[in-house]
Amino acid sequence: MATTAPPTAPSKKVNRLGLTQASYKGKPSTLCKGCGHDSISSQLVKAFYEYGVEPYRVAKLSGIGCSSKTPAYWLSQSHGFNAVHGRMPSVATGSVLANRDLIAVGVSGDGDTASIGIGQFVHLLRRNLPIVYIVENNGVYGLTKGQFSATADLGSKLKTGVVNDLPAIDLCGLAVELGATYVARSFAGDPKQVVTLLKGAFGHNGTAFLDIISPCVTFNNHAGSTKSYTWGKENEELIQEVDFVPFFEDIDIEYEEGETANVELHDGSHIILKKIKRDYDPTDRRTALELLLDSGEKQQFLTGLIYVDTKKPTLIELLNMVDEPLATLPLDRIRPPQSALLEIMEALR
Amino acid sequence: MSTETVVDTSEPDVQSSIVNDFSIQIATINGSGSQSSNSVLMRAIFQMGVPVSGKNLFPSNIQGLPTWFTIRASKHSYVARNRDIDMLIAMNPQTAREDVQSLNPGATVVYEQSLGLDNVRDDLIFYPVPFGELAKDVIHEPRLRKLLANMIYVGVVGHLLSIEREEIQHAISKQFKAKAKAVELNVKAIDVGFEYAKENLKKADALRIERMDETAGKILIDGNAAGALGAMFAGVTVVTWYPITPSSSLVESLIQYMKEHRIDKETGKATFAVVQAEDELAAIGMVLGAAWAGARSLTSTSGPGISLMSEFVGLGYFAEIPAVIWDIQRVGPSTGLPTRTAQGDILSTYLLSHGDTKHILLFPSSAQECFEFGGTSFDLAERFQTPVFVMSDLDLGMNIWMSDPFAYPEQPIDRGKVLDADQLEKVSDWGRYKDVDGDGIPYRTLPGTKHARAAYFTRGSGHNAEAEYTERPDDYVKLIDRLQRKFDTARKHVPAPVIDIEDGAEIGIIAYGSTHWAIVESRDQLRNENDLMASYMRLRALPFNDALEAFVDQYERVYVVEQNHDAQVMQLIKLELAHRPELLKKLHSILNYDGHPIDARSVTEKLLARESERPSA
Repeated sequence: MATTAPPTAPSKKVNRLGLTQASYKGKPSTLCKGCGHDSISSQLVKAFYEYGVEPYRVAKLSGIGCSSKTPAYWLSQSHGFNAVHGRMPSVATGSVLANRDLIAVGVSGDGDTASIGIGQFVHLLRRNLPIVYIVENNGVYGLTKGQFSATADLGSKLKTGVVNDLPAIDLCGLAVELGATYVARSFAGDPKQVVTLLKGAFGHNGTAFLDIISPCVTFNNHAGSTKSYTWGKENEELIQEVDFVPFFEDIDIEYEEGETANVELHDGSHIILKKIKRDYDPTDRRTALELLLDSGEKQQFLTGLIYVDTKKPTLIELLNMVDEPLATLPLDRIRPPQSALLEIMEALR
Repeated sequence: MSTETVVDTSEPDVQSSIVNDFSIQIATINGSGSQSSNSVLMRAIFQMGVPVSGKNLFPSNIQGLPTWFTIRASKHSYVARNRDIDMLIAMNPQTAREDVQSLNPGATVVYEQSLGLDNVRDDLIFYPVPFGELAKDVIHEPRLRKLLANMIYVGVVGHLLSIEREEIQHAISKQFKAKAKAVELNVKAIDVGFEYAKENLKKADALRIERMDETAGKILIDGNAAGALGAMFAGVTVVTWYPITPSSSLVESLIQYMKEHRIDKETGKATFAVVQAEDELAAIGMVLGAAWAGARSLTSTSGPGISLMSEFVGLGYFAEIPAVIWDIQRVGPSTGLPTRTAQGDILSTYLLSHGDTKHILLFPSSAQECFEFGGTSFDLAERFQTPVFVMSDLDLGMNIWMSDPFAYPEQPIDRGKVLDADQLEKVSDWGRYKDVDGDGIPYRTLPGTKHARAAYFTRGSGHNAEAEYTERPDDYVKLIDRLQRKFDTARKHVPAPVIDIEDGAEIGIIAYGSTHWAIVESRDQLRNENDLMASYMRLRALPFNDALEAFVDQYERVYVVEQNHDAQVMQLIKLELAHRPELLKKLHSILNYDGHPIDARSVTEKLLARESERPSA
């Protein structure tokens, strides 16, 4: 039986499953040249490849918008679902309930998540659904030609000169406050960090939320924008240096006492956090919220792992579901016996 | 207080007795615990072998507003609402006078003595009972006293109607199950009522319950619980919902049953997931996500929820994803009469969403059919890979119905055209939206299928047969035409109408859903009182099949009876028969849209009025 495509030539580089990086690719992108989203798609391909994810186990989920088109551009061998605007979280929830073996990867945008879909987003966080939830955040609506989104910073400017006079919604703040258990912010212009944080998210059990600032080259890459490549490159400040050691490799990073923290993830992988300027404990919720409030007020662009909790039960655990996918349970396990119906009928007489 | 001598009610005047054929209305205050008393009274009559039905006419309120419950005893097994009330139990000062005014002459009133109702009219039979005072003697705790005052009326009525005390006691045990203390207190209250009536009330009315044998083996159940059971025995695995009257009890019943019967014996783990969603948009999104991944998933809602689900349902239709959606219909819109019944969502649901969408709708008319369609809906949704709606209503869903016990489903379930990895291996040119069999139904694969060719990208209408992105006009036309082909295939697979031909009938009646029971009774009235024979077609689903045209063709006049103002199904019938204009002239509408369940007498009167309007032959 054919499964995932075997490597075509022995000379090609393969991962632990014997798959080439090309096996993780998708259709050619139809986004604008230079779009931050395409950079994130490339990092997704790399992260899946390096981590060694079985493509058939991945469910790609998205809402509506430029970001939500991107799941077509990676992992052709995975099922994808382009849902309705702002409603990816509910579709993702349903598919994970139906098949708990799926690795759900949701891609959304700042319009899709912070405006029309904020209701579903906050409830997904609250449930700690096992999912990797990526917001490709560019501060504008691209497909409708450049209106502000709810994550645009106060005082930032549209190409037309219009100034945003409302405060930005900090999605990472919401995520930490409402129950996500792996929260990170990154920058599409920092591919190394993106790929590391993605791999960490794959190893996590629960809602892994990644807010990735992803410049819109057509509508929000000008002077006055706080979501442009230039602004990002000039202002990005790392909270810490992040390394990822997958469960199938030994930790051989040398580190000095007190300078690094090591977080063991659900699957046995490790996130190694190396201190840069500050003492920061990403396992403390209050510290995380304080950092976000503080950097928000100062309009700082901090990236890295903001919060991680490896203990909190997921929705699947709370529901105490059987180990197998519900979708394919055989009839004798989902239809109670005749005696059960007789018993129920008797009680109603 | 009355001091009249006791009449032995065990020897009635047979000539004037009205036996097992009357309606009782209990008028109380919402939240006063009368629901238990009403259920006990109804069940006691049922246990005496007399067919019963109960209708709860309640306000959108937790406590304080007036509420009415009607119990109909019918030796003919008529279970539709009876418009005429024979006995009123007046417990609510707010409505007592109006309730009394609305009665027909000769009716009986049992009332809280302090309300002084006997001077309101002089053509009724009055039984004053000091319920409040009597309750004080039974119990000292004020909150419980209020509840027990309601149970005392059951004893009083029990005595007046000759309902056996043992059957009432048995009904109390059933109602309060293992709560011994509650059973004891309530039995005490019943006895107080019986004793009081025996000592103080002189039987002056003709109403009596006599033992029959018409309910042996039958059950009492509401349509929502029946639907829940149907879903459970059909193997539902993912249930998502947002609370809304009158649909909440479907999922609440389902949760109870599933906890009892769908926990894996060995592991103690659930073979299901129930999620209370943040709103109806999320509920349907979860259903579609789950069904896309292969689960049998359902949600239950009412009109406002259906509106909110509109966008997602369109996606489900075009992306071809199964879903089962129960619509327990009520009067619209969100504020207004949310606790009153209607069949008002038919048109909007049939065409729900944007673009050329139309859906399979099922119309259960009984608890039995709620159970049956609980399974049929899944088979159809998975076979046709599309959202399927089960159109119940508040009357069917929330009221208690007498039913034959449900038969265990022996058939295997139909999971539709799903290819697993092994099957896919044998198909070299699989495409998600290819019409291989000519029935318009493509083959699908589930996420998680371990095969290199299993994956596809799900999106709305912008896809070709291989599920690739396209905006080409010819691809879109092909898609729409295939969806039409699929819908036409469904005509032959949805539950067919049930047709009852009456010999010599000149007229036909078409109805659906909970309206059925008024039609059963109305046809008897027309036959027995007016010598008018009517054949009857009970619709059970949309889309229609060929039987519709044949039925309308057969009769001079066809009356379509529905519980909405706009004659919604008749409009669809007219569209369906548009190619036969001569048939359209035969169609007439009989409508009920006052929020109360439709009754037979009103149908009969409206039909006869229409019949008399036509020029005599």
